[in-house]
Amino acid sequence: MAAKARTRPESAVESTGGEPADTLRDYYEKMSLVRAFELRSSEMYARAKVGGYCHLNLGEEATVVGLMAAIEARDYLFTGYRDHGYALLRGLSPDRVMAELFGKVTGVSGGRGGSMHLFDAETRLLGGYGIVGGQIPPATGAALALKNQEVAGPDAAAVMCLLGDGTTNIGAFHESLNLAGLWKLPIVYVIVNNGLGMGTTVEKASAEPELYKRAASYRMPGVRVDGDDVLAVRDAARDALRQARESRQPVLLEVMCYRLRGHSVVDPARYRSSEDTTIAQQSDPVPSFRAKLIAAGVFSETDAAAIDEAADVRVSEAVVFADESPEPDVDDLFKYVYATAVANMPAALPGEPVMDAL
Amino acid sequence: MTEIVNTEVATTRTITYRQALNETLRAELERDDKVFLIGEEIGIFEGSYKITAGLLEDFGPDRVLDAPIAEEGFVGAALGAAMLGMRPVVEIMTINFSLIAIDQIVNHAAKMRSMFAGQVSIPLVIRMPGGGGQQLAATHSQNLEVWYAHIPGLKVVAPSTPADAKALLTAAIRDDDPVIFLENLSLYSAKGEVPDGEQIAEIGKAAVVKTGTDLTIVSYSRGTTTALEVARQLEAEGLSIEVVDLRSLRPLDRDTICASVKKTGHAVVFEDDWLSYGIGAEISATIGEGVFDFLDAPVRRVAAAEVPLPYAKSLEKAALPSAADLAKVVREVLNISSTPNDN
Repeated sequence: MAAKARTRPESAVESTGGEPADTLRDYYEKMSLVRAFELRSSEMYARAKVGGYCHLNLGEEATVVGLMAAIEARDYLFTGYRDHGYALLRGLSPDRVMAELFGKVTGVSGGRGGSMHLFDAETRLLGGYGIVGGQIPPATGAALALKNQEVAGPDAAAVMCLLGDGTTNIGAFHESLNLAGLWKLPIVYVIVNNGLGMGTTVEKASAEPELYKRAASYRMPGVRVDGDDVLAVRDAARDALRQARESRQPVLLEVMCYRLRGHSVVDPARYRSSEDTTIAQQSDPVPSFRAKLIAAGVFSETDAAAIDEAADVRVSEAVVFADESPEPDVDDLFKYVYATAVANMPAALPGEPVMDAL
Repeated sequence: MTEIVNTEVATTRTITYRQALNETLRAELERDDKVFLIGEEIGIFEGSYKITAGLLEDFGPDRVLDAPIAEEGFVGAALGAAMLGMRPVVEIMTINFSLIAIDQIVNHAAKMRSMFAGQVSIPLVIRMPGGGGQQLAATHSQNLEVWYAHIPGLKVVAPSTPADAKALLTAAIRDDDPVIFLENLSLYSAKGEVPDGEQIAEIGKAAVVKTGTDLTIVSYSRGTTTALEVARQLEAEGLSIEVVDLRSLRPLDRDTICASVKKTGHAVVFEDDWLSYGIGAEISATIGEGVFDFLDAPVRRVAAAEVPLPYAKSLEKAALPSAADLAKVVREVLNISSTPNDN
């Protein structure tokens, strides 16, 4: 990866300046929870408790915590498939998120979606989406519905749509941003730019690698922020959401972070240069935020260790819950295919006759 | 077999398929403020085929929303609005262009309810015409309905008459699942009796639109009008042909098809799509599985020639299934020569 292209803006906010200690401690607890959850997810994958694809937020914890600190309960969230951390911080219990990874009926999507498809109507997490960019048109349409259902203002809801750097090259991204700019929709598109779309760098994939600049084509503000700075991410996202809810001004926010590991848990990331790996490790937001808070006197080393331990215990409980939860009932296989019952719905299992003999 | 729920004593009027669609959209826009229309050129231009004529003027741009040429974007946006409880009715100019939006239809609209364990439903209607025969050449003349009929999570309906256009569109708009509503270019100006008042068809049910005892023709959409024409023509020759109009391609009403073939012992499928892997293949397999013992001859399919449809009228005509093709195959299946020495 060309390090020079990964320039970050100066942080708008001093690292800990003026922020209540409780808030900072809370953010660290959340970062620690996401870290512990993802490390355990990886372990559970290796132990074949988790199947399919599994993409982790490791290295992106400051981004995850900052974005989820900015979004309000009334807002709607759409994400791509790297979605565990967002679901946890949206308020879903680690038990139910881990159970989804385990494919259990107690999972947030009833065990039918898996890692990439976490969904919770109650907290307005309207999906994890496994197809790159698949979430962008529906998120845009959710904002269209909000525009028609609500009056703009500080109490209005908005949509936050997360996407990866590689996603900015697909048609759905451009079509959707055009609609949002054209129709003035209350939505914030957040590019979580970890520098790599699977193994391809942003510079090899995008003619304009400064991705936030793409907003100019759609008459919306484009903002780039340091994704390792949780407060900067939070404040930039809050400002973007404010424009969306109050002025129906869509915003494109680019958050610069690093992916600590491969694209998914099975990817050893041999394509990464040692220089890039070193930078990613040096930028790791969890130990650096931890050290910063200790240095600032927010908590002690012992406190921090206790927080990490508590996160680990919580995740262990989630694993037990997931492990002990029942599998979905095969009798329910066709349960959710249609919302409105329909005549002649096919419901044959493989090898069963498609109809009764006349 | 036709399951129409009459909620009022019906008087009828003779109107076109186009007018039936237009009036139904109007009635649903009036009935439910969650219903809105979205698509290319549906507002100021009043629709490429004038289905939405007058609706922008009466309902305004929030309810009749002109979208830029961005099928993936606006179909997906309609899907997202449906997730928040709106009831969008999308017009895609022709089924050919739906391929640009197929990720949103197949990978998303069809999947969400199941994949998210019933936490969301998608009350979305996608209207689009298929059909060839207008000299629109290969890219604008396709019948791709089987692509959608293959997908669990979608419902696919294909009305052949103005009355069914009304009753099935009403049902589709009030249904909480994504419904592909297949229209046909050559049906828009077709006239038929349409009952007044609210008419709601039952999705998933076929209809026996003509009874007979010698052979069953199974068809849908435009094909049904041709099938009826051929059936009446053969009736004059003393043959009794039953016509089953599928009306719903997903779910497929296998019972109605098989009950008819059990009675007649002979079946021909008349379809506008290409033969291999087409609608007729599914019907034929259904008949084979359901009523094999009652068949007196193999099921035959009359489908489009497997070629990208040419522009030239002569070639186009040769490639599309016609009434003459159907009549010929019906006679072959019944082992009847059209002239005494033919066999």
